[in-house]
Amino acid sequence: MKFNFCLISRIFIFFLIIVPAFLNAQDNHCVVKKSPFRLSMDSGKKVYTLQCLTCHQADGLGAPPMNPPLTGKQILGDKKKLIGIVIKGLDTHEEIDGVKYQNVMPPHPEMKDQEIADVLTYIRNSFGNKAVSVKASEVKSVRSKLK
Amino acid sequence: MHIFNSLKIKIFMKQIGNYFMVLLLASTACHGSNSSSAALADTGKIMQLTPPKPDVTLTLPDGFRATVFADGLGKARHITVSSGGYVFVKLNSDKKGSTIVRLQDTNGDGIADQEIDFGSFKGTGIGIKNGYLYASSDVDVFRFKLNDDGSVVNPAQPEKIISGLIARGEHESKSLVLDNNGNIYVNIGAFSNSCQISDRKNGSPGIKPCPILDSAAGIWQFSASKLNQTYADGIRYATGLRNVVGLDWNTSTNTLFVMQHGRDQLTMFPQYFNDKQNAVLPAECMYEIHKGDNAGWPYIYYDPAQNKKILMPEYGGDGVKTAGEDAIDPVVAFPAHTAPNALLFYTGSQFPEKYKNGAFVAFHGSWNRAPEPQEGFYVAFVPFSNGKPSGKWEIFANGFSGGADKTASGRAIHRPCGLAQGPDGSLYVTDDSKGTVWKITYK
Repeated sequence: MKFNFCLISRIFIFFLIIVPAFLNAQDNHCVVKKSPFRLSMDSGKKVYTLQCLTCHQADGLGAPPMNPPLTGKQILGDKKKLIGIVIKGLDTHEEIDGVKYQNVMPPHPEMKDQEIADVLTYIRNSFGNKAVSVKASEVKSVRSKLK
Repeated sequence: MHIFNSLKIKIFMKQIGNYFMVLLLASTACHGSNSSSAALADTGKIMQLTPPKPDVTLTLPDGFRATVFADGLGKARHITVSSGGYVFVKLNSDKKGSTIVRLQDTNGDGIADQEIDFGSFKGTGIGIKNGYLYASSDVDVFRFKLNDDGSVVNPAQPEKIISGLIARGEHESKSLVLDNNGNIYVNIGAFSNSCQISDRKNGSPGIKPCPILDSAAGIWQFSASKLNQTYADGIRYATGLRNVVGLDWNTSTNTLFVMQHGRDQLTMFPQYFNDKQNAVLPAECMYEIHKGDNAGWPYIYYDPAQNKKILMPEYGGDGVKTAGEDAIDPVVAFPAHTAPNALLFYTGSQFPEKYKNGAFVAFHGSWNRAPEPQEGFYVAFVPFSNGKPSGKWEIFANGFSGGADKTASGRAIHRPCGLAQGPDGSLYVTDDSKGTVWKITYK
């Protein structure tokens, strides 16, 4: 009886202290090791806040008819075109879904390949968007052809 | 199969309809100079309207009441009312092929019950003077002769009085107002935020001297009656105005008053301006304009806290250095970025004495305060006495956005854009988000 009680209490202690501690360590481990996509999203949000938010707004829906929303097929579509717009800017005032947007998009040639990749990955996976990530190598490739 | 057949029949019938419509238009065009046949378009296609349902509740001072006069017009920009009570709304959108809406309240219940559409050019400006309805596209100004009852004589063939005005994407709208001496004043906005080498680019310096000032960023004066005028026929009446959408001729001072849209994005120079400073700088300014005045853009902006004209960072400013000694001072400084789209000096007798000769200003609402909360989406009032403001400005009509959260996010339901005074002294307000027109009355 005495021996059994001791075993039960040891098992009890094991589950009470050791197992939660182990699970906790596992949790911490998960937080530290983020997927490349998550890292790109986090970095992209910072770049967005600094470079894009004033015009395109926190919800990405822009300020019609001044600044266009960052949603729809233009954002989800051709990555090369998007990269080109970030680097070279856009002042053609072409209509998007029947609205002619008035303000220019300034060029951002000083932004690093990784920053452009991250911010476009963030934009293409926020505001209700879902599209494949943009990689720094893709930005590099487009940039080399623009020069 | 049956469905497809009926669809085919419908398309066929529509094509026949289109064919006859073309014939009808062609015959109208042939007799275009004959006012009796052309007048058909202004008297023959009256639409009977059903009363609109309000989707927001406006807050007004005690004794005032607002009715939804009309809705669903599209991008309802500026508005004017004839002496006979016809309400004309200029659209910057296409309403089934038309761009000017004429509304009439035949039973006097404060709600339009008849509508006629005409006009073939999108735009913002509209006004009535000496028997003509003036209206603008973003490059031209036209006028339509009015009958004595305020209906348009020949809606299909307006006279072009000004053409070839600059419209390069940014600040394209051409607002207009007429004085009592046969002149029309047209705003030509700067196709730039602050005349930088690279527009809206972080740190990009300003071009000196700013070449935009030659042909834009000011108010041009033309003859109200001469046809086919271009820049060469006009006078640059005032310069250094970035973009003016709201303007009015003050008949008590006999001068032009304008509302400038101040510059955006001071955070392009983060060494001097943070987000909070950008949200409150610069003021949206009301100016009284005399011929030859310079309001200072792009070299200075007006800081409402310091009450000073401050050198723009694009030209070496740091938020403290003053400049613009030759530039005029504003008459009233309103909150930054709130986008004043209409100005109206009230000359009616319906409203209480306080409002006589005072200024109503319609604020379209901000976007450039992000990430700080947005502001505006209201109609303000400034009392005037002897041609000068006689008290602090106040919010007159609010609630257009649909709530504090919608104001803060900038996702407003309605955005005030135009103001007009009716012959009975009622105030009309347009909205270019949903195309709503309100009529505000007293008692």
